Amino acid sequence: METLKYLMETLNNLFLIIAEFIRGLFADPHSVWANLTMNVINFIIVVIIVVLAALILILLERKVAGWTSQRPGPNRLGPRGWFQTIADALKLMGKEDVTPAGADKFIFKIAPMIIFCLPMMTLAVIPYGRGMAPIDIDLGIFYFVAISSISTLCFLMAGWGSNNKYSLLGGMRAVAQMISYEIPLLFSLLGVVMITQSFNLGVIVEAQDTIPFIVLQPIAFVIFMIAGLAELNRAPFDLVEADQEVVAGPFTEYTGLRWGLFFLGEYGNMTAMSALAATVFLGGWQGPGFLPGYVWFFMKVGVMIFIMMWVRWTFPRIRIDHLMHLAWKVLLPLSIVNILLTGLGIYIYRFVMGG
Amino acid sequence: MDVVSEKRLREEETLMEKNVLVTTIDKALNWARGHSFWPVTLGLACCAIEMMATGGPRYDISRFGYEVFRASPRQADLMIVAGTCTRKMAPLLRRIYDQMPEPKWVIAMGSCANAGGPFVDSYSMLAGVDKFLPVDVYIPGCPPRPESLIYGLLQLQYKVSNPAKVRLMRHGK
Repeated sequence: METLKYLMETLNNLFLIIAEFIRGLFADPHSVWANLTMNVINFIIVVIIVVLAALILILLERKVAGWTSQRPGPNRLGPRGWFQTIADALKLMGKEDVTPAGADKFIFKIAPMIIFCLPMMTLAVIPYGRGMAPIDIDLGIFYFVAISSISTLCFLMAGWGSNNKYSLLGGMRAVAQMISYEIPLLFSLLGVVMITQSFNLGVIVEAQDTIPFIVLQPIAFVIFMIAGLAELNRAPFDLVEADQEVVAGPFTEYTGLRWGLFFLGEYGNMTAMSALAATVFLGGWQGPGFLPGYVWFFMKVGVMIFIMMWVRWTFPRIRIDHLMHLAWKVLLPLSIVNILLTGLGIYIYRFVMGG
Repeated sequence: MDVVSEKRLREEETLMEKNVLVTTIDKALNWARGHSFWPVTLGLACCAIEMMATGGPRYDISRFGYEVFRASPRQADLMIVAGTCTRKMAPLLRRIYDQMPEPKWVIAMGSCANAGGPFVDSYSMLAGVDKFLPVDVYIPGCPPRPESLIYGLLQLQYKVSNPAKVRLMRHGK
């Protein structure tokens, strides 16, 4: 029994032990060079997470699409079709790179690069396990939301730089939609922040050791899911790249690997949003002790991603005026009411407990 | 071009073919291209209905990884000319083809796209899209059943994945 407990403890802290070992290789474990090395290693790990997540999720999306319409999905290439994404990525690398003659070349070329950087920056503050946040900053949620809202600018850059009317329309739609949904998204997170009195994601996870916040804040979780889907431009909110209306939105003029970067960025952002939902509402790495913390965390992220894909392949696209109505007339008042109720709850709790 | 430089060019070409790195990358790319055709969302007539049925759950083109119909020609690499191409439609078709980035392929689906079909005598009919597009695979039928389209796609996959064999079959060298 004791050995089992010890083993579990070791597994739980496996990555921390490895990190300590690498630090121990330096003469002074807390010198600038040791910190720099650790930062570089953390960065590489986050990049690997983003790229791997994108590669796996693209195939998973097609498999889920198959599952919802009762067909097998890609199953010819490799074991059960798992090499399909590799073929797609290789093919995209071999495609011709077209830049339109009238395009604003600098903006056109830099937009996909920026959008690919964003999930790396946001995933860097997520605690993957006990003490396993690559960067542990006090304003974690604030930083996350601030960085992820830059993607609006990337869509507008892509739309404007392409010098194409459909691109520009798509870019404008992206701006309208993403700025509107940013507000309910932020307000839904505020309830949790009020309960924990902290913006730090590590502290928020620590506070959920008895009960995950989805139980205390169910309305906030639903609002977060809807607004998050709209933030990510995924169906039923994919008006930005609606095929029937604005060819492919801001991506109309992008070919090959540039477009692939947009695709990777989309799936990276999806992973980041799921990671935030798992951290804030589902208890992050907290879970029954028979599995290590990071396994619980990635399982929760996986469940969130699956729900997002399920929603995408189940619901039809929403109309643009309904979209705005939903944001400003339903989600925003609901989230404000949620903040009010949370405040009242905290007040009553303190009154009853005598704190 | 004089004889010496032509000879040198020949030698360089044979050297290229022997070069392990380049040929393996070519092989890998051909393998990838053959297994992920992304068609343009393009339908001209009734054949397009059969194309949609091929994309549906019963015939399920997605098993082969070809279900990603892209709305923008910039992201597509296969054009399935599904249906009757009139003289008025031809310039638009050619324009969409020109907007696609290399490497790109064309499938002529159905009798009309192959050789005019039932409308071959009509004044407005452009009999055969191979008059203005380089067609890779012809699929006969009026309209072809989804199985035929899948068979045609697999023939194209074979053609793209094994360029040497196809050259051998066609020209015997």
